[in-house]
Amino acid sequence: MDTLTKDVATLEQAKNLGLLAEEFEKIKEVLGRTPNFTELSIFSIMWSEHCSYKNSIKWLKTLPKEGPHLLVEAGKENAGLVDIGNGVACAFKIESHNHPSALEPYQGAATGVGGINRDIFTMGARPIAQLNSLRFGAIDTDHTKWLLRGVVKGIGDYGNAFGIPVLGGEVFFDECYQTNPLVNAMSVGIMHADDMISATSHGVGNPVFIVGSATGKDGINGASFASKDITEESAGDLPSVQVGDPFQEKLLLEASLELAKTDAIVGMQDMGAAGITCSTSEMSAVEGFGMRIDLDKVPTRQEDMLPFEILLSESQERMLVVVKKGKEKIVQNIFDKWDLNCVQIGEVTEGGQLEYYMNGELVANVPAHDLVLGGGAPVYDREYKEPAYFAENKKFKIESVPEPTNLAEIGMKLLGLPNIASKRWIFEQYDTMVGTRNMSTNAPSDAGVVNIKDNDSALAMTVDCNARYVHADPKTGTAIAVAEAARNISCTGGEPSAITNCLNFGNPYNPEVYWQFVMAIKGMSEACLKFKTPVTGGNVSFYNQTVIDGKNAVPVFPTPTIGMIGVIKDKKKTMSLDFKEKGDLIFLLGESRDDISSSEYLANIVGTKNSPAPYFNLDEEFAVQKAVRTLIEKDLINAAHDISDGGLYTALVEMGLPRGLGFDITGDAAVREDSFLFGEAQGRILVSLSGSIEEEIIEELLSLKVPFSLLGHVTRGKMVIDDAHYGFIDDAAKIYNHAIERKMDSAVTDV
Amino acid sequence: MKFGVVVFPGSNCDEDLIYTFESILGQEVARLWHKDTDLQGAEFILIPGGFSYGDYLRSGAIARFSPIMTSVIDHCNKGGFALGICNGFQILCEAGLLPGALLHNDSQKFVCKNVFMKAATSSTILSSGLEPDKVLKIPIAHGEGRYYASTQELKKLNENQQVVFRYCDKDGLFNSDANPNGSLENIAGVCNASKNVFGMMPHPERASDIALGNTDGRLIFESILNSMMVA
Repeated sequence: MDTLTKDVATLEQAKNLGLLAEEFEKIKEVLGRTPNFTELSIFSIMWSEHCSYKNSIKWLKTLPKEGPHLLVEAGKENAGLVDIGNGVACAFKIESHNHPSALEPYQGAATGVGGINRDIFTMGARPIAQLNSLRFGAIDTDHTKWLLRGVVKGIGDYGNAFGIPVLGGEVFFDECYQTNPLVNAMSVGIMHADDMISATSHGVGNPVFIVGSATGKDGINGASFASKDITEESAGDLPSVQVGDPFQEKLLLEASLELAKTDAIVGMQDMGAAGITCSTSEMSAVEGFGMRIDLDKVPTRQEDMLPFEILLSESQERMLVVVKKGKEKIVQNIFDKWDLNCVQIGEVTEGGQLEYYMNGELVANVPAHDLVLGGGAPVYDREYKEPAYFAENKKFKIESVPEPTNLAEIGMKLLGLPNIASKRWIFEQYDTMVGTRNMSTNAPSDAGVVNIKDNDSALAMTVDCNARYVHADPKTGTAIAVAEAARNISCTGGEPSAITNCLNFGNPYNPEVYWQFVMAIKGMSEACLKFKTPVTGGNVSFYNQTVIDGKNAVPVFPTPTIGMIGVIKDKKKTMSLDFKEKGDLIFLLGESRDDISSSEYLANIVGTKNSPAPYFNLDEEFAVQKAVRTLIEKDLINAAHDISDGGLYTALVEMGLPRGLGFDITGDAAVREDSFLFGEAQGRILVSLSGSIEEEIIEELLSLKVPFSLLGHVTRGKMVIDDAHYGFIDDAAKIYNHAIERKMDSAVTDV
Repeated sequence: MKFGVVVFPGSNCDEDLIYTFESILGQEVARLWHKDTDLQGAEFILIPGGFSYGDYLRSGAIARFSPIMTSVIDHCNKGGFALGICNGFQILCEAGLLPGALLHNDSQKFVCKNVFMKAATSSTILSSGLEPDKVLKIPIAHGEGRYYASTQELKKLNENQQVVFRYCDKDGLFNSDANPNGSLENIAGVCNASKNVFGMMPHPERASDIALGNTDGRLIFESILNSMMVA
């Protein structure tokens, strides 16, 4: 035990690795001795926020985890598994790559895409769609342009080569993200439920293999880096950012899926955060086995890598595989076919110890159970406190905003704001059609829709979170994020199934930030219970903050991104959002409210940043969504689009744009004109239908008992509200389609 | 008629082509693994889109040296048919089976969207079955799709009617706004002098399934099938 007892670690080293004094004491207690430096490194990474969820797990456990369609419960595997009918199961998950992207946007975003897809195919599912949710600072600054270009190119280059289409996403700009962008990537895969591979290990003597890329010095301590604040000094952490290779990932995907069809393996886990350390400990801890690992057998990119470097490296495109003894050849042949490394580095052992050897010498000996979440990793109860701004926001009165008279002008201006304008400059850099499953390309819809080729169904998917609402009121704002995701699914004719979440917050040791976190969890639980959409998994990213003027750190808007999937049973009934024909009637489901709170209009045109979340009522929301699904089911409408960012006016324009059609509608005398047009009160959906079935639909809506009104009709291109001319849809298109392009490509001139 | 789809490790449109030819068009399709040399009796070779060997060097630069490509080159030199789509087009140019080269898009960005194109000649099996002047809506998805050829080559291509497709606007007009990548003379697809080897950047297989709401691409494949049956 020489190596274990000499070079014992010090408290100072522990602190440098991000551990607290009390955590260092706890490690000594667990081991019954003082750890050496390698062991200390193992504990520091496994007990980092990123791997242990030590400051969030208490609250995450309160989220609803059961639902009628769930095959695998949350947290049990790399990603949740949902039954989508006809024997097909869907694995999906969202994850953040915020900190790496802040420093190195291209590789940070690329490896985020790589990591989330590995989570899906490690389970034996073939990824069929990706989504992403991005947040940046002010688009007019060079820094934001650099980040945006890098992130989009990183996502594109990785995903395009890997060959999985991007089906949807969202992009939001606000100064709070100026130095700390958010990059959340989601992957959705399908499989036969029987083919699932577990991230587990058992069977003493079973060989343990590392497959895929060689291990290098990139990304060492990436998980620790992700568990601290982004500051001026963060650039020094650049070696913590990993480098991606989509070609290797493609090979690993095909090899892994071939492996899933054999009976040669016990379990498999991808190496993301904390590399070999995390995969060996998590897989071992599931069933209480141990592993003996010979680190010198790991294929490396550099010579003379130290044991802790091999253990902590986050080199991408690697997996740990526990193989059934005697079936090594089957595994070897598959990886040879794909020209990938496949090397036995150890075996499963009795008891729960992880013994890491280097050239025959034991360099670390630690109990797997004590390292992992749900085992011995610390769990903290953090204090939280309602911030003063919350009560201040509630004092907002709509009367303080004078009623504008230049509504048409405001409308056009709104369409050119980066949060509202078309994101085509971004999504045209992603391959959205590879796989020939994207049903939304030629029939735009609120959620992305993927064709399930061998049966009648389709899968709808979306990512949503208006972080301005969440900041204004974390509980209501997060419930709205879930409701909006469900609304998008419902507007395509899908039944919401389940969600994954990516919880992006500031420093959890700040009680006001932690209050936002707790309230967000509460709001999410409430909405998920109502929609019967359990949380199948996800990821927490703390320590997101922006430094203003080089000194004051301001947390980003609390951003609990919701990724939701839903099933469209009959793909022929998939509903699109575009107006179909001149003369069609336009109905509003839900009620207009005298409310402009937290709207894009109030924040970025009026310039008032402090107001509560917009109007929201969970029961009304549920009823409206059910109504639209019924109308779709009964073939009564030909378009449906939810009212969200930019309000009713923006929604109408978005419905008109694909076919160049306009609208002629009447306002609501009971509410202010700006509320009616630009307010973002929730629970509202616009639908259009042929005039010949007006009576039929009114009868149906009455029986559904949801409030509705006939707003007007579709025109050939003119936009008219209360008999006032709001311009032509072609003018709106010129602004809406090119606003971001104009900011990003200086060469683009007015069209 | 038997089709063969070449599968490189980084191909990602191989399954899309197989699905289109097998499930939609009802043809027999063989998968041709890049390490093999046997074309399995396929009469028409399809080289799919993707990133053959990662394409970190130059798209298609390594793929041309693969075992399967030596057989494909042989097959083509003997007059056998081949069509390369996107990365497949790049590979056929690199292999010298098609004239010209595909450079980085003039925007320097990857671009994926629906574009419009139209046949420039009816003298090939890809276009002979299309209505004259029919505008087709077909998706593109590439970073290196700007077709380039020397002035002399270009002259020859035009004289021999080797330009198969050109990008156009929705009304069928050839103009620079309709050119998505800066290709010379809006060229979207070409063939060799003997008109048995074809390459195109747009993806007709992405516009072949009725479930996706656009079947313009299927017309090109049906043109191939009809021509072959007559022959």
